[in-house]
Amino acid sequence: MGPGAVAITLTINGKPMKVSVEPRETLLDVMRNKLDLTGAKRVCDRGTCGACSVLVNGKVMYGCTILAIDAQGKQITTIEGFALSGGRPHPVVQAFVNNDAQQCGYCTPGFVVAAKAFLDANPNPTYEQVKDGLGGNLCRCGTYVGVRQAVLEAAKAMKGGRNA
Amino acid sequence: MPEYRWPEMSKRKVMGKRLSRLDGVEKASGRAKYCSDLNKPGMLHGATLVCPYAHARVKSIDTSEAEKHPGVKGVRVVAPAGTEIQWAHWEVAFVAAETELAARDALKKIKVEYEVLPHVVHEADLKKVQSRAKAAGEQIEGDPDQALKEAAAVSEGFYGIPVLEHSCLEPHGNVVSWTPDNKVELNPSTQAVTSIRGDMARAVNVPAANVHVHQDHIGGGFGSKFQPDRWGVEAAHLSKAAGGRPVKLFLERNVEQVIAGCRPSAFARIKLAANKDGKITLWESQSWATGGFTGGGSPPIPYVYTRIPNQRKNHSAVSTNTAPIRAWRAPNHQQASYLTCAAMEDLAAKMKMDPLELFLKNVDLTARADTYERQLKKAAEMAEWKKLWHPRGDAGRGPLKRGLGIGVNTWGGAGHDSTARCNIHPDGTVEVELGSQDLGTGTRTVIAQVAAESLGLGVNDIRVKIGDTNYPPSGTSGGSTTVGGVSSSTRKATLNALEKLFEEVAPALGAPATELEAADGKIQVKGNPAKSLSWKAACAKLGVKTISETGQNIPRDAPKEGLNTGGVGGVQIADVTVDVETGIVRMNRIVAVQDCGTVINPKTAESQICGAIIMSICGALMEERIMDAITGRMLNNEMEFYKLAGIKDIGEILIHLEIDEANDKRGVIGLGEPPAIGGIAAIANAVANAIGVRVPVVPMTPMNVLNALSGRMS
Repeated sequence: MGPGAVAITLTINGKPMKVSVEPRETLLDVMRNKLDLTGAKRVCDRGTCGACSVLVNGKVMYGCTILAIDAQGKQITTIEGFALSGGRPHPVVQAFVNNDAQQCGYCTPGFVVAAKAFLDANPNPTYEQVKDGLGGNLCRCGTYVGVRQAVLEAAKAMKGGRNA
Repeated sequence: MPEYRWPEMSKRKVMGKRLSRLDGVEKASGRAKYCSDLNKPGMLHGATLVCPYAHARVKSIDTSEAEKHPGVKGVRVVAPAGTEIQWAHWEVAFVAAETELAARDALKKIKVEYEVLPHVVHEADLKKVQSRAKAAGEQIEGDPDQALKEAAAVSEGFYGIPVLEHSCLEPHGNVVSWTPDNKVELNPSTQAVTSIRGDMARAVNVPAANVHVHQDHIGGGFGSKFQPDRWGVEAAHLSKAAGGRPVKLFLERNVEQVIAGCRPSAFARIKLAANKDGKITLWESQSWATGGFTGGGSPPIPYVYTRIPNQRKNHSAVSTNTAPIRAWRAPNHQQASYLTCAAMEDLAAKMKMDPLELFLKNVDLTARADTYERQLKKAAEMAEWKKLWHPRGDAGRGPLKRGLGIGVNTWGGAGHDSTARCNIHPDGTVEVELGSQDLGTGTRTVIAQVAAESLGLGVNDIRVKIGDTNYPPSGTSGGSTTVGGVSSSTRKATLNALEKLFEEVAPALGAPATELEAADGKIQVKGNPAKSLSWKAACAKLGVKTISETGQNIPRDAPKEGLNTGGVGGVQIADVTVDVETGIVRMNRIVAVQDCGTVINPKTAESQICGAIIMSICGALMEERIMDAITGRMLNNEMEFYKLAGIKDIGEILIHLEIDEANDKRGVIGLGEPPAIGGIAAIANAVANAIGVRVPVVPMTPMNVLNALSGRMS
């Protein structure tokens, strides 16, 4: 396959999306440049900061470390796929707002994706577990205090079947 | 003229409330569009070619192959043959192409020949860079020689704090189009929506009226994003060459980390002396710093304790072949705070004195003795100083050593020049418009709170519109001047508009306009809520007319009006544990006591303090620009080895914001910078207290800590 552009289909937020990509293009760049899915941000572009976090088959991964062609046949969920439903914020989003777990907000969608994946796997986390679970994301404004509180609050809010 | 003063604290209904930021859901849900997120129809992608050498002359440059590369729509050379390049990653050429990949591929086809010249990229050893150092001249106060003779105790030390990189998560850049009708549409990542318009207009030589700027959100600035920069201007030229198609050009991370923001370094040999009572009598310093090739960077020392009676100061600016500095959240203050507070801690240790006592005993050497005395005592109480502090090095047995340390801050923070416009429409909707920007500090939210307070409405009744040059001019977001400026102009604009509304509805309420007030969503006769109209009904009296009134904050008049002022102090105490076997420093806690004026939103205000402290933790323990002496290049120009703190690294943060009647009467004061100053000093002093020796050079990485412990200079 390649080196020129090839047509592939990606399944993003439950929808098949046809797109022409070069084999060397990352999932992140394809989403941002070709599919106008810009909630995932390109910050380090080297698998360090987590600003491009997406869910691949339910597991949190960095969009900059996956080639788009390798993402074929996988269920990709982006922040756009779950953050709002019918205009209502997901409990993790709401908890980030309530606890002011964001400033400039550029890292925030990545944190929200990582927090959702973390809570899906650990519905009753301790404070210490929250710190470990969100260790893969960086924030330059310094919003970690709010993030810790937000994830604990979201864990509470998501009990009772609201874990969408 | 309306009474603009803030309502009394006890009577406020919206200001002072812990409201969540109004754009919170938009941002946290990924819906917010930053300029780097824009995908415009017909948009081209730009890429930047930079020079790999720290000092070189361009011998030749050939772009012909790049121009022929499929998809390329333009190539601009900014370092033609003959250009002397003075730092690595200096911009050489820009390319615009149909896709990002095509633009990057084309860069590789540009052939540049360089004559490589000798460079200097390290300034830590002043002796080695004397030829690049420019002395500012000796400054003397009092009689330092006599003070030294009479001193009961003298401490001497060497201290250094490195160049840092701003590391904004959204890189510098813009989307820009320059169309054949000579109009420029600019979507930058900027801290200066209003002024970047004129800067761009001058750079591309079009009338300012032809430039329109729009930015909804900015992904971090910290002082580094005021100008259109070379890449912005070249992107405009590339757009023009492509017939006006928009060009998106944001720096790649490996370039961003090198040339889009540096905090100057500071190094100093400091001698501090005191009399037997612990009163500081002498400051002597030989300091130097680099601000890149053009020099610059001069910390205001001694810091806060400025009134030391006898002083001798010599400072040199060292020119290195490194990228120029940009303003950094509280320019030069972190360095000054570190140099001063570290020297004071070392003097206290030398005198076997509790440093808290030394900081307290000398508060009369500051411009705010009462403030610092109160804050030092409060911070000590919150940090459990009495229980946890121990004499230097006396941290008990075992490899884990705990220590406490103090850092202090001061800042201005009065409001900038700002004009707001308030539109009240006949259907009752209210717009507040300013050519300002929300750096993530919560500017939109505080504007809405002020407007709602002034109009007797709720925040959701106010449409705040910022980030566009179609709105009235507002100052740049630098120096913590935004909140004072926009809150004051919003206050005046909304009250001016309300006064017009009163005139319109006075006949219907059968009372003169001067007897009306706005409260709880109504316009009513003062003291007689029964005689009222709902906000909507009152606005309906406007018929087809929209009220549109402005209000301006003029910095020189602001102190008289009392809406905003400047001048604050703060104290931070750090509590750390150091593993003396590994050199790893762990944060237990930082306490921040911060002076402030009128606080419009305590929730977002506390977020500023938390963020400022976390930035200090990064600066104290992790961040540094590492330059390679041989190649002259930055070695850690990415985010794996340019270390920032993660969520596990910060310990606990305890905040005490001094919100009270006395402070409130001072009006609004900016809060973004002051709490970002003292943390590095506090952590450095806590480490010294824990391990018994000074780690002279920040950051206190395991290597620097272990070197200090083993007596090696780091």
